[in-house]
Amino acid sequence: MHDMQEQLVRQILWNRLIAVVEEQANVLLKTAFGTITREAGDLSAGVYDTQGRMLAQAVTGTPGHVNTMATAVAHFLERYPAASLKPGDVLVTNDPWLGTGHLFDFVTVTPAFLDARLIGFFASTCHLIDVGGRGFVAEATSVYEEGLYIPHLKLAEQGRLNDTLLAILMGNSREPTQVRGDLLGLLSCNEVATRRLAAMLREFGLAELDSLGEHILETSRRGMLEAVQRLPRGTWRAAMQLDGYEAPIELRAALTVSGDGIHVDYAGTSAASRFGINSPKCYTDAYTSFGIKCIVAPDIPNNAGSLSVMTVSAAEDSIVHPLRPRPVTARHVIGQMLPELVFGCFEEPLAGRVPAEGAGSMWVMGLSGGPLVAGASAKAAPFNVISIAIGGMGARPDKDGLSTTAFPSGVGAIPVEITEAQSPLLFRRREFAQGSGGEGLQRGGLGAVIEIENTDAEPFSVACATVERRNHPARGRAGGGAGRVARVALASGKVLPGKETYVVPAGDRLIAEMPGGGGYGKASTAAICDGSSQSAAAPAPASSSWVP
Amino acid sequence: MRRARLAADIGGTFTDVVLEDAGQRFAAKVLTTPRAPEDGMLEGIAQVLRSAERTAGDVGVLIHGTTLATNALIERAGARTAFVTTAGFRDVLEMGYEKRYEHYDLNLELPAPLVPRELRFPVAERITARGEVHLPLAEDALLQIAASLRQAQVEAVAVGFLHAYANDAHERRAGEILAAQLPGVALTLSAAVCPEIREYERFSTACANAYVQPLMARYLGRLAEALERLGLRCPLYLMTSGGGLTTLETARRFPVRLIESGPAGGAILSACIARDARLSEVLSFDMGGTTAKICFIGHGRPEQSRKFEVARVWRNLKGSGLPVRVPVTEMVEIGAGGGSIARLDALGRIRVGPQSAGAEPGPVCYRRGGAEPTVTDANVVLGRIDPGAFAGGTLALDRHAAERAVLERIGGRLKLDANWAAAGIGEIVEENMASAARVHAIERGKVAERCTMIAFGGAAPLHAANLAAKLGMTQVLVPLDASVGSAIGFLRAPMAFELVRSFALSEDRFDAARVNRLLEAMAREAQAVVAAGAPGEALETRCAVEMRHAGQGHEIAVPLPDRALAPEDGAALREAYQARYEEQFGLRVADVPVEYLSWSVTVSTAVSAGDPPPAPAPESRAPAPRGRREVFDAASGKKASLPAYWRAELAPGARLAGPALVAEPQTTTLLPAGWSLEVTAAGHLLLTRP
Repeated sequence: MHDMQEQLVRQILWNRLIAVVEEQANVLLKTAFGTITREAGDLSAGVYDTQGRMLAQAVTGTPGHVNTMATAVAHFLERYPAASLKPGDVLVTNDPWLGTGHLFDFVTVTPAFLDARLIGFFASTCHLIDVGGRGFVAEATSVYEEGLYIPHLKLAEQGRLNDTLLAILMGNSREPTQVRGDLLGLLSCNEVATRRLAAMLREFGLAELDSLGEHILETSRRGMLEAVQRLPRGTWRAAMQLDGYEAPIELRAALTVSGDGIHVDYAGTSAASRFGINSPKCYTDAYTSFGIKCIVAPDIPNNAGSLSVMTVSAAEDSIVHPLRPRPVTARHVIGQMLPELVFGCFEEPLAGRVPAEGAGSMWVMGLSGGPLVAGASAKAAPFNVISIAIGGMGARPDKDGLSTTAFPSGVGAIPVEITEAQSPLLFRRREFAQGSGGEGLQRGGLGAVIEIENTDAEPFSVACATVERRNHPARGRAGGGAGRVARVALASGKVLPGKETYVVPAGDRLIAEMPGGGGYGKASTAAICDGSSQSAAAPAPASSSWVP
Repeated sequence: MRRARLAADIGGTFTDVVLEDAGQRFAAKVLTTPRAPEDGMLEGIAQVLRSAERTAGDVGVLIHGTTLATNALIERAGARTAFVTTAGFRDVLEMGYEKRYEHYDLNLELPAPLVPRELRFPVAERITARGEVHLPLAEDALLQIAASLRQAQVEAVAVGFLHAYANDAHERRAGEILAAQLPGVALTLSAAVCPEIREYERFSTACANAYVQPLMARYLGRLAEALERLGLRCPLYLMTSGGGLTTLETARRFPVRLIESGPAGGAILSACIARDARLSEVLSFDMGGTTAKICFIGHGRPEQSRKFEVARVWRNLKGSGLPVRVPVTEMVEIGAGGGSIARLDALGRIRVGPQSAGAEPGPVCYRRGGAEPTVTDANVVLGRIDPGAFAGGTLALDRHAAERAVLERIGGRLKLDANWAAAGIGEIVEENMASAARVHAIERGKVAERCTMIAFGGAAPLHAANLAAKLGMTQVLVPLDASVGSAIGFLRAPMAFELVRSFALSEDRFDAARVNRLLEAMAREAQAVVAAGAPGEALETRCAVEMRHAGQGHEIAVPLPDRALAPEDGAALREAYQARYEEQFGLRVADVPVEYLSWSVTVSTAVSAGDPPPAPAPESRAPAPRGRREVFDAASGKKASLPAYWRAELAPGARLAGPALVAEPQTTTLLPAGWSLEVTAAGHLLLTRP
């Protein structure tokens, strides 16, 4: 009987903890300045026990943040032991290897106290628009060129903001106001969450969080393990070819299901690139476990307990385990393909449950203007905006793939009206790339096509660091066709073939078509004619059509 | 003398009708008739007139709210609608936010757009973010589109162009051309229905409006005829989602503003009681068959918002519906009602809702084919609901079936008996509501502990005291006729209309004169709408501005003073904004400039100041219980014998100490141990705990 009460109270506390981190994420969304955070939702928030183990996360943002942040807090505690922290301290870093994979993501950690006793931590992450260096491009050949590096430091100490650190950050950024605003947003959301946690523990007459944490971690670990134990045992392999930067890339994975978990080994994967598309191991781990979880146990809460059932190995200095000082800015190009590779491994043992390949990594295109762009006049208005372009998801065994929907990222698009309000850029179009989804019993999701011009008679630059699948389409599954490959070109005809930064001359336009998702199952003739979104019943758009 | 006032609230399951006249109130609850909703409503009106011994000629006004527009969107039963939009942006409606609202579920679905691609027509034109014409409207192309629309036999057309919030000239011109070419086709302009930045949300709102327009126009026409036949020749007003009444004419233009009118009525009732009882901070709690609605009321006014999500398509998850931006009463609505289904998840944790057994098949205890235990079943098992007296005794409940279902589906795997499993369901549904209320409180900068709860709707009085305790609240008020609260609220609503315009100003360009001109024009427009429905009445005008730090994407509304603005008001508004920001986010961002973005004007008839404070209740008398009921008590783990009272027998001034039950025809109030109850002079039940 009292067991039951205890069981219920624990469940209530667990729910309550999730509500606290949801609120934490919400505060960040509302206080952030950067559009990639406030409009697209590129952020994450979570709560940790006193050992730095993640207990709960907000169901927002991206797995790339959440699952890397799961290990990031423990790294902070190596530098700043828990006992040394005081109320009002806030820790920060953008270390790609100890944080979330590139210098743009700032992780903050705030210790939570109840009556002067440390009860746990809150961490949050968001993507800052600019941290100096070369900007959001992949041309750098070392992390030193990619921007300002902030080792584990204190952003605030006992409630006092570290003005020196903020001044250095702002002094090194092309968008100092946004950088400062976003950092304050991170600080603010952690602060609100610590207050809520203390109030919650007081209400239940509890003095600490760790025993609840132990229950959460153990229940989740056991649940995840049971889900794994329901799978057939064995090792399965998959491979995927990608365009890469200087040379095509081969990703290889061997996934082993055993009695005590799932292990993925990336042996045989290409060596690290000279350029910034390398995925640090923490980021590789994050997307690998995300892919496994989607297939094996989507309903089990994501925390240090369930994550502990999955392990990953990779050769040092391969593209999925680059070592400092490899450049890593566009690390998601590789990292966000890994769930697709994991799906490939599951195809044989779990036939009929695994979707086709999709566009995978989303395109984060940095668009910049100003006097420093080649060919620009001294009067050119400076701007730095990000356009997020999204391809199609792979078809599911029973459903079409979702069109222009990010996967595995949880980030969304930035409204055209918002981007245009921040810059002289004008979108001629942003709509479905008709016919880009792979055919099949279930059709792959459609990619988008966008066309952008500068309304000022000035050139602008576009960073194609994250453009992928120009040569290697998303493959279909179970007989389904491949999605259409991506293309990036100027309206005047020139094709932009690589991951470099290109200049769109004054008066010309950028046209980018995102890849479509792969189809599922062999298409019958009827199925091909059926896709309503691809029907040609209506008049064609009046804007200029695709120029190959 | 036509002085009786009539209200009708058509809900998903029941249609509630209330008549008030000369200080008396009569209520009827009848089943909703989805095919012709006016039939159920007429039946309810006939019933209430009979019990009140009045005729149609005695009725001076009829106020109506309906879920018809909402249901049309949920069931995709609206008009064949076309969408004319800026060339290059044909798919905005279908691309949506381009994100997944659930991370791990590979099977999730996105809402299908209200207008399919073949009915989305691009036209060459372009306005920039600064409101300048970049490409003139291709009027000839529009004529061709009109021909295609005629051929496609569309019943409604929405027009949505990029940046129309900044300059709607092209939308208006396109509207003129289409109206001339397509007589009889309903037309909606995005800037008229939602003049705000972010194309997907604005276009979605415009299409939702167009989509329900013909249906609502037909329904309102039929209703007018039916009322005429019944001899009801009084004025008819409609309840809006924003909590104000509007005329038939405005309802036909902006039917999307009628969504969620029932819950808005409930919030008005709470606001009204709050004013009468001089309660400055109230949490309004409305729990029906499918959902629970929680809304904060400060100083007698419900919180307002401009964003709502309708017709969720996947597991009722937030993010799986269509966004609609119209003035709405700010509330959180969660899948927690009497019909919410309880299940165990993969880890053996009890989950309640959002799936609902609805009216068909309904809870297991209804014996209409339901197999999964619901919140109502749990309450029957626990002994809180009298199986023989449910819904006024019209529906006998099967307690044994409820016990079996609770035991099989929940208790078995957890090794709990039916009582404990039912207690678990009750706890979890209450905890779900508490956690939604907590998040909502933070979002709105409210402190639940300081509020009095006002609880109504069929299921609320059973859970109100426990929910209040979870939220740290000490006072709960269960109003008279709690089960038809929304319809009563309709009778207390002011005639009102709200307008919003985007007009962005940076801090250093604050231009009081231009803002004053804008606000005056908006006030005139809104006053004309309201005066049409309330000729000669005194009107109240309230203005507000949405502000943010330059570079942010989320705004906070700041009320404007009740006079023309002066240049120095810019600084005062900045200070008011920063104070609100700090209250919500715990931080003052001092050195970033602020922006003034959208300006809103709400015109309404004066809200009644409320009755004078009720006379002190007479001396306490100890009423006699009607009987006793065996109710399971989780604190002791035992069944306890609780006195059960009949509400009609409790006179003002009556006092009870918990634990006890107070039953009335459509609901039961649970008074837990440690709580005491007093019947107020106005007849409400006031539950308090130390």
